[in-house]
Amino acid sequence: MHASSLVLPVSALILSPLLSGIINRAKAFFAGRQGQPLLQLYYDLAKLLQKGAVYSRTTSWVFRAGPVVGLASAMTALFLLPMGGAAAPVSFTGDLILLAYLLGVMRFFTVIAALDTGSAFEGMGASREVQFSALAEPALLLGLAAISQTGPPSVASGYTNATGFLALSEMYARLSVGAWMSAAPALLMVAGAFLVVFLAENSRIPVDDPNTHLELTMIHEVMVLDHSGPDFAMILYGASLKMWILGSLLAGLLVPVRTGNVWLDGAATLCGLFVLAVVTGIIESTMARLRLLRVPQLLVSAGFLSTLALVLALWS
Amino acid sequence: MNLLVDAMIVLLILTNLRLIASSRITSCITAVAVQGVLLGILPLLVGTDHLTVRACMLSGTATLMKGIVFPWLLFRALQASNVQREMEPFVGYTMSLLVGAALLATAMWLGGQLPLPVPAASPLIAPLAMFNILIGLFAIVSRRKAVTQVLGYLVMENGIYAFGLCFALQEPLLVELGVLLDAFMAVFVMGITIFHISREFDHMDADQLSVLKD
Repeated sequence: MHASSLVLPVSALILSPLLSGIINRAKAFFAGRQGQPLLQLYYDLAKLLQKGAVYSRTTSWVFRAGPVVGLASAMTALFLLPMGGAAAPVSFTGDLILLAYLLGVMRFFTVIAALDTGSAFEGMGASREVQFSALAEPALLLGLAAISQTGPPSVASGYTNATGFLALSEMYARLSVGAWMSAAPALLMVAGAFLVVFLAENSRIPVDDPNTHLELTMIHEVMVLDHSGPDFAMILYGASLKMWILGSLLAGLLVPVRTGNVWLDGAATLCGLFVLAVVTGIIESTMARLRLLRVPQLLVSAGFLSTLALVLALWS
Repeated sequence: MNLLVDAMIVLLILTNLRLIASSRITSCITAVAVQGVLLGILPLLVGTDHLTVRACMLSGTATLMKGIVFPWLLFRALQASNVQREMEPFVGYTMSLLVGAALLATAMWLGGQLPLPVPAASPLIAPLAMFNILIGLFAIVSRRKAVTQVLGYLVMENGIYAFGLCFALQEPLLVELGVLLDAFMAVFVMGITIFHISREFDHMDADQLSVLKD
């Protein structure tokens, strides 16, 4: 691990709030509005950080720990995240499971912080959040497993044994144009599944509406109603990091630029990530939110796609 | 070329998924129609290097029957019976998807076990055929409406056809056409039956026929 590999996490820390700005601008463009500034989330974070926090007397330390642990696990996950062909600072066999469950820890603490408030609404949101993410998790993990089984081993990396394929950086380094040529159907299905997971985990339409403030329809938003000031800033920032992480997994899969030049590969994936944000804005503008009962069906379909991709990858 | 065949097989599997996950009967019929067209094109791709008259004929007939005639007959029956949605299936839609994943695993295992007399064009064709047959059976037992059950029958027949594709060149054309004719007659008769059931009883829940008495 050397200094230049720290560029990836640091750029993620700086640029991640930009994603929601891009999504909002794309939505505003479709609605024929001017829209909020691209840097709106930065302003919001700065404003929230200057405020004080209010804590209810019924809450315990769990409520205060929630945002801190959430942000910390998201930041840790950044160090495992490759950016397309650019390898992550830390990489070892099986790190994809650590990445998935760091996001799981983040979710767990958001959920118990919500339950700690004792509010009925927040409990309802927490229940929905865990229900949907329990269905999204197999889709993500099986999809990553399918990716690990495609493509030839890259010469550049140090891994030569089969188990090395389960390291995220190695898996993504092998996703070249050649890998797409040989396993396009499987990779396309994984991309479809990841898109659903991306939308569901970041509580976007068609799973959840980030704009609504009606408790009956909210999932993620309702869990953080009681947080204020710096705590809320940490939650917003953690959510944008999470969007960056899941978005990079998808963009790194869909942009098969593997020149060997780390900067070029990383930049191509970064462009892919911004395009993904625009696409998310388009999806949000053109689709309606699904009925709550239909959401599990969508997520199970994503899991089916991942399973099918894994079967295909293992078969051929 | 092999990639194209694989992509088509994946699309076929996804149309099956659509069939068991959708509650709108029109989209179920459309899924089966798409499946029929894909299956019609498939012989041209797996039928080795040269396009023979035989392959074209097989492909043309299959596309015409499975992709156009059967769906058209079913759409007609649907209009006559005034039904839009499959209500209250015996197995829910999310559960159906999970069952579908289990069936896929079973089909993959079964397809791998079968010793084929000639090497198939793609190792996925035999599992696809098994999957179609299993999904067809599942649709027949888990749905109430007669139209959906007919669709299950069609998907099952598609599976048998796909299995025939493994040895498309060895199999006599007449056998293939005979199977198609059987399926055509069956769908024709079922279309008429659906029409009559719904005219007599104001609905087409095949389930309720079992309580009929003299």
